[in-house]
Amino acid sequence: MPHGVIEQIPRFLTWYNAAFLLRAASFTLALSAVGSVVGILAGGAIAVLRRTRGWALAPLRGLGTLYVELFRRIPFLVTLLLVFYATQLGGYDMPLFAIGAIAVSLISTAYLAEIVRAGLASVHPNQWHSAAVANFSFMQTLRLVVIPQAWSVVLPPAFGFFIMFLKDTALASQVGVVELTYAGKTLNNRGFAPVLTFGAVLLLYFAMSYPLTLLGRRLEVLVARPRHR
Amino acid sequence: MPDLAIADLHAAYAGRTVLGGVSLNVASGDVVGMIGPSGSGKSTLLRVLVGLLPPVSGLVTLDGATVDYRRKADVRALRDRLAIVFQQYNLFQNMTALENVMVAPVRIRGRPRTEVRAEAIDLLSRVGLSERMNAYPDQLSGGQQQRVAIARALALKPEILLLDEVTSALDPELVGDVLDVIRGLAAAGMTMLIVSHEMSFIRDVASRVVMMADGSIVEEGRPAEFFREPQTERARAFVGRIRWHRD
Repeated sequence: MPHGVIEQIPRFLTWYNAAFLLRAASFTLALSAVGSVVGILAGGAIAVLRRTRGWALAPLRGLGTLYVELFRRIPFLVTLLLVFYATQLGGYDMPLFAIGAIAVSLISTAYLAEIVRAGLASVHPNQWHSAAVANFSFMQTLRLVVIPQAWSVVLPPAFGFFIMFLKDTALASQVGVVELTYAGKTLNNRGFAPVLTFGAVLLLYFAMSYPLTLLGRRLEVLVARPRHR
Repeated sequence: MPDLAIADLHAAYAGRTVLGGVSLNVASGDVVGMIGPSGSGKSTLLRVLVGLLPPVSGLVTLDGATVDYRRKADVRALRDRLAIVFQQYNLFQNMTALENVMVAPVRIRGRPRTEVRAEAIDLLSRVGLSERMNAYPDQLSGGQQQRVAIARALALKPEILLLDEVTSALDPELVGDVLDVIRGLAAAGMTMLIVSHEMSFIRDVASRVVMMADGSIVEEGRPAEFFREPQTERARAFVGRIRWHRD
């Protein structure tokens, strides 16, 4: 480590810098949390919608498919800038965090819809037949039979996505949200050595994502039920 | 008393005619053994009856009331009276044997849990599974799963039980236990439609044999007469190829 870096350490480790980084980290965490929660709810709803039958819901199914296929193909940064300029154009004075949260939710909904769709599809059709002949409704079949079996297929990729997502929210800095990566850059610009600023950023990202990994593993064990097919 | 009448029933699957005008009457207490080569439409007929495959045309009446398979209410009412057991058992993989038997009576029909639980335990004991009630399907052998599936169907108190090749997926040594359960049901007077390749079982347990080929019924009669002296060429050829064995 160069001599200058060691000299900087006492100056870097101040309450002010710590608070600055932690605040930024909390924005990163909040953006990811909003994205994950909205994503699993809205994405789950789209995945369920796409399983429905009959003409009445056909237009909605089409929209759901279009949405998923579209937003999985647009880079996150482009979505972010689209939301940013759309709100500007609409004349809404929206907080930057809200813009970031909307963009994050749009993307996560599309990805999680696909993850949940794959989970639902992994449940054997004969489970639907058994439920149908015993007069289960569509929602009862989902709730009592299909979703409990789909969890074990949905969770691993979903948590993989959450963790990837936590890091991707760094792009929100492009519209000015002071999240963790942006905070590192700011401290770097104030003259602190990159190894200190980005070292701290790295540790904070790890501190946030590793518990998420553990939680994912824990849940996988919890929902693991004997599955034959 | 159930009286199921099927008249000129047609069904198609993936653009191909799979039932070409089937007519059949099932009276209360009948045990109808459905036999015939693979792909002759036996299983399809059961699937159409429970509304898993909508018929193209034809008439199904239950106690004189026509079932319109395009109407959800009709299909629901029908499924309250008919139960089916599948070849592949199709147990709910996320539930134990006991939960499989209890779920529909409790969650769908809204019957009291304690009462259903007692019945379910009794049913599982009757099919010889009192020791395995808390096992999940993939912890049970095929024969055990199939007996759970029969108990699950009986828990719905059906007036007519449809059995779709319930022993075809089983190892030979597991077939006997399942057939014993069905024999018991026949003796107790349960109305059943049994699709099976177990000819000696059909001969023993059925009150009537119906032979299908190419989506139609080619012959029906009393088991003793049908197997001894089939009337049609088609049935003679089929019966002639049967290798009899005691199960």
